[in-house]
Amino acid sequence: MAEFIRFDQITKFYGALCVVENLTLGIEKGEFVSLLGPSGSGKTTLLMMLAGFEAPTSGEIVVNGLAINGVPTHKRDMGVVFQSYALFPHMSVGENIAFPLQMRGTARAEIEQRVARALDMVQLSALRDRWPSQLSGGQQQRVALARALVFEPRVVLMDEPLGALDKQLREQMQLDIRDLHRRLGLTIVFVTHDQSEALTMSDRVAVFNKGKIEQIGTPRQVYDQPATRFVAEFIGETNLVEGVVERVSGGEALVKLPSGATLCAVADSAVAGQTVHLSIRPERIDLSDSRRPGGNSLETEVTDSVYQGDHLRVQLKNPAHPLIAKLGRRSQEYPPGTKIYASFAADDCRVIAP
Amino acid sequence: MTRLRSRTARSLLLLAPLFVFLVWFFVWPLVGMMSQSVSDSAVLNLLPRSAGILTNWDRRSAPSAEMQQALIADLRAVQDTQALGDMVRRLNSARSGFRTLMTRTVSAVSDPAGPPADLVSIDKRWEKPEFWIAIADALSPYTDRNLLAAIDFGRNAEGAIEKLPPDQSVNLVIMARTFWIAALVTVACAAIGFPYALIAASATGWKRDLLLGAVLLPLWTSLLVRTAAWFILLQEKGLINDLLLALHVTSAPLALIFNRTGVIIAMTHVLLPFMVLPVYSVLITIPKNLMPAAASLGAPPWRAFVRVLLPLSLRGIASGSLLVFISAIGYYITPALIGGPGDQMISSIIAFYATGTANWGMAGALGVVLLVATLLLYSVYARISSEEPGRA
Repeated sequence: MAEFIRFDQITKFYGALCVVENLTLGIEKGEFVSLLGPSGSGKTTLLMMLAGFEAPTSGEIVVNGLAINGVPTHKRDMGVVFQSYALFPHMSVGENIAFPLQMRGTARAEIEQRVARALDMVQLSALRDRWPSQLSGGQQQRVALARALVFEPRVVLMDEPLGALDKQLREQMQLDIRDLHRRLGLTIVFVTHDQSEALTMSDRVAVFNKGKIEQIGTPRQVYDQPATRFVAEFIGETNLVEGVVERVSGGEALVKLPSGATLCAVADSAVAGQTVHLSIRPERIDLSDSRRPGGNSLETEVTDSVYQGDHLRVQLKNPAHPLIAKLGRRSQEYPPGTKIYASFAADDCRVIAP
Repeated sequence: MTRLRSRTARSLLLLAPLFVFLVWFFVWPLVGMMSQSVSDSAVLNLLPRSAGILTNWDRRSAPSAEMQQALIADLRAVQDTQALGDMVRRLNSARSGFRTLMTRTVSAVSDPAGPPADLVSIDKRWEKPEFWIAIADALSPYTDRNLLAAIDFGRNAEGAIEKLPPDQSVNLVIMARTFWIAALVTVACAAIGFPYALIAASATGWKRDLLLGAVLLPLWTSLLVRTAAWFILLQEKGLINDLLLALHVTSAPLALIFNRTGVIIAMTHVLLPFMVLPVYSVLITIPKNLMPAAASLGAPPWRAFVRVLLPLSLRGIASGSLLVFISAIGYYITPALIGGPGDQMISSIIAFYATGTANWGMAGALGVVLLVATLLLYSVYARISSEEPGRA
């Protein structure tokens, strides 16, 4: 499929500070792509360059086959939703939403209709004549969303739009935005530092670190098959275990831990003798009284276990590494000191790049 | 309950210096000025006997013997020569000729050999009712003649209000000139101050400090020094003309001083901080992302400015304009030093009446007119600013 938006070898310096380094990324039409990373990882800067608020130091941004580096923001036809809403305080809700249509010289009657439809879409029809200062944060953000969608831009850019909302409202808005994306077939680039938000909403997630993309893939790929240690640690929780590769065969590696135990792990690229990290997701670990045949088992001892409502969190120690296991609600209690085996499938244990 | 009352009393005590200050330096002088403008007791104080008799006079018939005797008695009793001077000045301003008439009459009635039998024997003019009418009119303790004169009106012989003849009516012209100069200065300040505040608000770090410092610096130097500096700069052989000539911008020196141009240049400079600071303080409260948002919604820079930034900064421009305009109306030193005779503003006239002719009544009346005009302007501004939408 042809790429709709392409960042081609984008580099951005602020003075001597390199914020985005030689970054290449393609986004397809109708796709929902999240740029996920800690603050200062360059994800917002990339969005600002796409919106035209910043210019790349080098590299090219191509939209629909045309380089847009020299195109000013107001001609880019992109709807931007800001974290702080950026509603015009001197205009009513309706006037805010009508603004982009007025800028495009849309006929008055059509503006009326489209504003009404946009308000209906975000379920705020009753608040058309209110001032932004009279709305709650969630309502303001829905107005900002309606304003960014009403002129049917070719791309919608969202810069941490839900960051200022409380948890419950944020989750509702996540589902609302996901629904709008599907219904309207929007192309959305969404910046967030919240990994669960990125996993919930996106078709693909690009994980940023220090101005580079560490990994890009579907939520399932970046969670289940983290390419780097940074991705494994940033997305969800994981157990990282260090070991030396003994031998590799057919995408599987046998890794020897310092304690002498060996684990069988999925490996995309590993060579014998290499020191590597293994990533094991806590919820993929099972506890059992005896060694599980066929698969990995480590002999461990329970140091603590905490009941957290939806799961039981068990801290384990073995001669090589402490481990954390998350067990289903139905599992039995494990008092500290219990000797037990931690077992997991070879598929759930991955060799990741150091 | 008692504790509460004592706390209230204590807090009132803390506010007491403020109240005393306000009353002493603000309310009292203001009331004093206003009552000066309507009080008219210079004649009444010296002529109590005449006042009693003149109330029964019909203002037409020839002055009776009692009236003349009462006036003679009053004038004989006068000891205070300064009060006498005030009275003569007051009567002379109502009817010319009183000065010579009174001088002659006073010296005649105070003759140690005894006063003459009647006033007509001193001067024939005492036969005419006009002089007696002038005295009768001056006997009321309150008058509207100062206030009327301040707006170029007066009372004719019948007591009706009418416009003063053109040779006596300069106040309205000067008032209009004052407002016109103040308006020009306000426009000039807005034209320079708004872009300046925009730049200052968008700058960061030392650049912002420098820009604001450059605005504040004039506020920290004396008004007189600043005006004197302009005096030097604007002269025919001053720095500005030398520079323009050296750059061949002009072939002959421009007339920049002792005319309207100089007054407006100097006043704009002096009053610029009062525009820049309110505008700046409003601009920095405008969220930084509104202009990018407008651009992303398809607004070209100019339209984004007109639709978003300008309406949001109007409040600052309005309060800055009001501040500049009201300050400009009362300007005295700058037009006096840099302006020509045709650029004197209402304050110069007030100063002329107050210090030049000791006519406190006229000075007070012009002050009242200025105060009323300013309050009217302010109420218009308050009305406009309270109607601003989106500020719940």
